[in-house]
Amino acid sequence: MNASTAPPGLWADACAVAALLAVDPRGLQGVVVRARPGPVRECWLELLDEAFGPSLPRRRVPAGVTQDRLLGGLDLPATLVAGRPVLQRGLLNEAHGGLLLLAMAERASRSAIAQVCAALDFGEVILERDGLTDRHPARSTVIALDEGLDNDERVAPALAERLAFLVDLDALSVRDLDALGPDPAAIEAARCRLPAVTCAADQLELLCAMAIRLGIDSLRMPGFALCTARAAAALAGRLEVADADLGLALRLVFGPRASVLEAPAPEQAPPPQPEAEADAPAEGECETQQPLEDRVLEAIEAALPAGLLDALREGSLKARSRRSGGRGEGGQASMVRGRPAGVRTGRPERGARLDLVSTLRAAAPWQPLRRPAGSQRVYVQPEDCRIMRFRQRSPTTSIFVVDASGSAALHRLAEAKGAVEMLLAECYVRRDQVALIAFRGRGAELLLPPTRSLVRARRCLSALPGGGGTPLASGLDAARELALALARRGGRPLLVVLTDGKPNVARDGGPGRERAAADALASARTLRAAGFDGLLVDTAPRPQAFSIELATAMGVTALPLPTSGAVGLSRVVGALAG
Amino acid sequence: MSVAFPFTAIVGQDEMKLALLAAAVDPGIGGVMVFGDRGTGKSTAVRALAALLPPMKVVEGCRYGCDPAANEDLCTECRSKLQDGLRLRARQVTVPVVDLPLGATEDRVVGALDLERALAHGEKAYEPGLLARANRGFLYIDEVNLLEDHLVDLLLDVAASGENVVEREGLSVRHPARFVLVGSGNPEEGELRPQLLDRFGLSVEVRTPEELGTRVEVIRRRDAFERDPSAFVKRWQADEAHQRQRILAARRRLARLEPDDDILELAARLCMALGTDGLRGELTLIRAARALACLEGARRIKAEHLRRMAPAALRHRLRRNPLDESGSSVRVERALTELFGS
Repeated sequence: MNASTAPPGLWADACAVAALLAVDPRGLQGVVVRARPGPVRECWLELLDEAFGPSLPRRRVPAGVTQDRLLGGLDLPATLVAGRPVLQRGLLNEAHGGLLLLAMAERASRSAIAQVCAALDFGEVILERDGLTDRHPARSTVIALDEGLDNDERVAPALAERLAFLVDLDALSVRDLDALGPDPAAIEAARCRLPAVTCAADQLELLCAMAIRLGIDSLRMPGFALCTARAAAALAGRLEVADADLGLALRLVFGPRASVLEAPAPEQAPPPQPEAEADAPAEGECETQQPLEDRVLEAIEAALPAGLLDALREGSLKARSRRSGGRGEGGQASMVRGRPAGVRTGRPERGARLDLVSTLRAAAPWQPLRRPAGSQRVYVQPEDCRIMRFRQRSPTTSIFVVDASGSAALHRLAEAKGAVEMLLAECYVRRDQVALIAFRGRGAELLLPPTRSLVRARRCLSALPGGGGTPLASGLDAARELALALARRGGRPLLVVLTDGKPNVARDGGPGRERAAADALASARTLRAAGFDGLLVDTAPRPQAFSIELATAMGVTALPLPTSGAVGLSRVVGALAG
Repeated sequence: MSVAFPFTAIVGQDEMKLALLAAAVDPGIGGVMVFGDRGTGKSTAVRALAALLPPMKVVEGCRYGCDPAANEDLCTECRSKLQDGLRLRARQVTVPVVDLPLGATEDRVVGALDLERALAHGEKAYEPGLLARANRGFLYIDEVNLLEDHLVDLLLDVAASGENVVEREGLSVRHPARFVLVGSGNPEEGELRPQLLDRFGLSVEVRTPEELGTRVEVIRRRDAFERDPSAFVKRWQADEAHQRQRILAARRRLARLEPDDDILELAARLCMALGTDGLRGELTLIRAARALACLEGARRIKAEHLRRMAPAALRHRLRRNPLDESGSSVRVERALTELFGS
C-alpha cells in the first residue's frame, strides 16, 4: 500500500472523530471504523483511549459473543452456592459510561447487533431471561471495528445508522500518521463548554437541506451532524457554531453516507476529475448560490474518495445500501446450527447442547426428596437434562430449466413463462431460492443464479428471448452442475424442467435429432443417479412420448402443461418442496 | 427509565399516531404493526403512547392486573376471591406497556417455575412472565421480524385466545393475557410471516418526511429533548393532558356508537373490491372507523372515517401477489378512489 494513495487529511479527520466522540459521547453514540487490523487501527484506538481518558471502562466484544455475556444473565455457580438467583452483569452494562469495542463487527450476529442497537436507543439493558427481570444502565460509546474486505461484508446497516461517524482507515499506512494526539485538557474544557454551545436556526436548516441534497434519508444523520458541529465548536473554544464547524460535521457525518449528489450544473464538464472537483463548483456557482451551502458542499466533495463522485452521479451507489436480508438466513445458519427452537428433554450427547437453566429448573422440585438431610448440594439426575433444540432449515432451491428454443417459443413459451412466474411466487412464499437456466440455440445459460429476489427473477424471465434449436442435453447438464454445487453447500435442489421434448441439438452443439435425444437421455440418467427431486413439464400441445421417456430416465414425474395448467403445476411443485 | 418523548410532540407521522390512538381507544382492534425506515420514530411513538395513556384500575395484589369491575377475564385467584364473597380492592396504576426485548427467553415470556423458591424450599410456584405483565396493556415488540420463530408462534396463540396457558415443568397455570400487540419492523431486515401480519389489526407504513421544514422541526424538537428532557416534557404537558382527555372521552362514547347499515355495506363493498381474505378485515375496519369517530367526537360513523382508516386496516390483508409491483397501499388507495370518488 502506497502512502501516496491516502487522500490528505484523512488521518486528521480520523483524529478529529476521536476527539469529537470524547467531547459528546452521548450525542454522537459511536463510530464504525473500517480498517484491517494493523498498526494504523491500533494507533487510532490508542488515540481514542487517550481522548477518553484512562479511567473509563473499556470492553471488547468478540464476534461470536453469546447473548448472556452481552446482556447479562444468571450466574450459575453463584446461584448454586447461594441457593437463589444471582445475576451476572453483561458486557453492555460493564461498558457503561465508557467504550464498547465490537471486534469484527461485520460478522456479528443479527441478535447481537439488535441488542447493541437497543442499548444505544435506550441507554439501558432490559433483561428478561433465565427467570430474571432487571434493568441496567448501558450507555457507552460504540466502536464498531469493521474488517470486511469488500462491500458485501459490512457492519449491519441498523447499527451503522445509529453511530454518527464512519471512518475508513484502510487507505492509510503508518507513514501517513502525522497528526498529534488529542489534548485531554482541551477535551475536558470542551465538555464543559458543550451545553452552552448554540446553533443558529438557519444553520440547522442548512444541515437538513444538505441531507436531502445528498440523498440521506434517515433523520438521525442531521441530528448527528448537529451534535458534531456543536462538539467541534466547543473543541475550538467557540460558544456558537461557525461555518467551519458545519463543514466539518457535514464532511464527517454526511460525506461517507452520501448516496446521491445533485446533478452538476449544465455548464460544467460532465466527467470532472475528483481533484478538480473541489475547486470547480465553488468557482462556477459562487455567485448564483448561497455561499455557505457551497463551501459546505465543497468540504464534502473533498472528503469523498476518488471515483466515488462519478458513481454517485450515475446513481449506481444506491444499490450498495440495498443489500439486505439474504445473508442472515443462509450464511449464519451453519455457525449457530439454525435458530433456537425451544428446549426439550434429552441427554447432552452427540453434540447436543445442555440448557443448564432449564435442567436446573427441572431438577428443582425434586430437591427436598433427593437431598439427604443437611446436604446443600443440588441433585441433578439424567432425566432432568434438557437440551437446546435448533431448527435448521436446509434451504430449498428450485432450479427452473426452461426450454426457450424455437419450437417451444412457437408453441407456448409465454404460457411456460406464466407457469414459471406462478411457481416463482410460490417459492417466494416459502422463502425458497430460485435459479433460472434457459437453453436455446447451441447451449444452456445460467440466467439467474440462486436468489431470493423475486423482482430479479421476474425481470430475467420476461427478458428471456425465444428461438433456435433445442440443446436439451446441455440444459440438463447445466442444471446438474448447479444442483450439485447447491447440494455441496447443504442446500436442497429441486429441478423443474420445462420443455416440449423435441431435442435437436446434441451436447457438442452439433445437429441431429437422434443424437440429441440420446444425449438428453444420458444427461437425464446422470440426474437420476445424483438423486435430485424434480418435475418435468411437457409444454408441447400434445403430450410427447419422449417427455415421458425423459422423465423416467430422470426419475421424476412428467406433467403435461395443457391438462395441469399453471395452478396445478404450482401445487405439484409446492408438494415436492414441502 | 429515562423520560419518554411526548407523544404530541412527534412531528408528522399522522397515520401511525392515529392508528396507535385508535388502538388505545378500542383495544379490540387488535394491535398495530408499524413498518418503516430507520430513524422515523417508530419506537419513540410507541413508548410515548405509554406515557400518554390514562391510568387504569387493577385488583390490589393481583399479579395479572385484573380489572376489579370485570366479571369475566379474571385470574383464578381473583375469581375464587369473588366466589368467597370477598370484595376486590382496586388500585390505580399506569397502563403497562411491556417491552419484549430481543433475546428474551421463552420462560420469561410465558412465565415459569420460580427458581428461587424451588431451589430453596422445593416449592412448585409459578412466576408470571411478560405476558402476565402486559395483561390489559400493550406488548411492544421492536424488530418483530427478527424475533425467533417459536416465540412468534407462542405470541400469536396467546394474542388470539387472550389467555396464557402454561404447561411446563410440572406447572399447569392459565391466566388472562389480553393485550394490544404493537410491533415495529424494518422491511429491509426481512419480511414478516403472513400469519403473524394478519393478527395485527392495523398496519401502518411510516416514511421519512421529505419536506425540509418538517425535517428541521423533527431535528429541532429531538435536540431540545435530548438536551433537557424534563423542560421539554413540561412544555408539552398541556397538549398531552388534552390528548389524554380525548382518549378518555372517546372510550366513553365507544359503547354507544353503532355503525349504520350503509356504513356496514360500504365496508363490505370495499373489502369485496379488494378481495381481502376472511371477515377480519371488515370487522377491523368498522372498529377502527368507530374509534376514529369517537376520537373526533362525531355522532355517527361516516364514510370519511371509513376511508381514513381503510389503508391501515386493509393493506396487509390483501391476497399477496408478490409479482405485482404496485404496493398494497396503492391497491387500497385505488379501490378507495373507485368506491368513494376522488
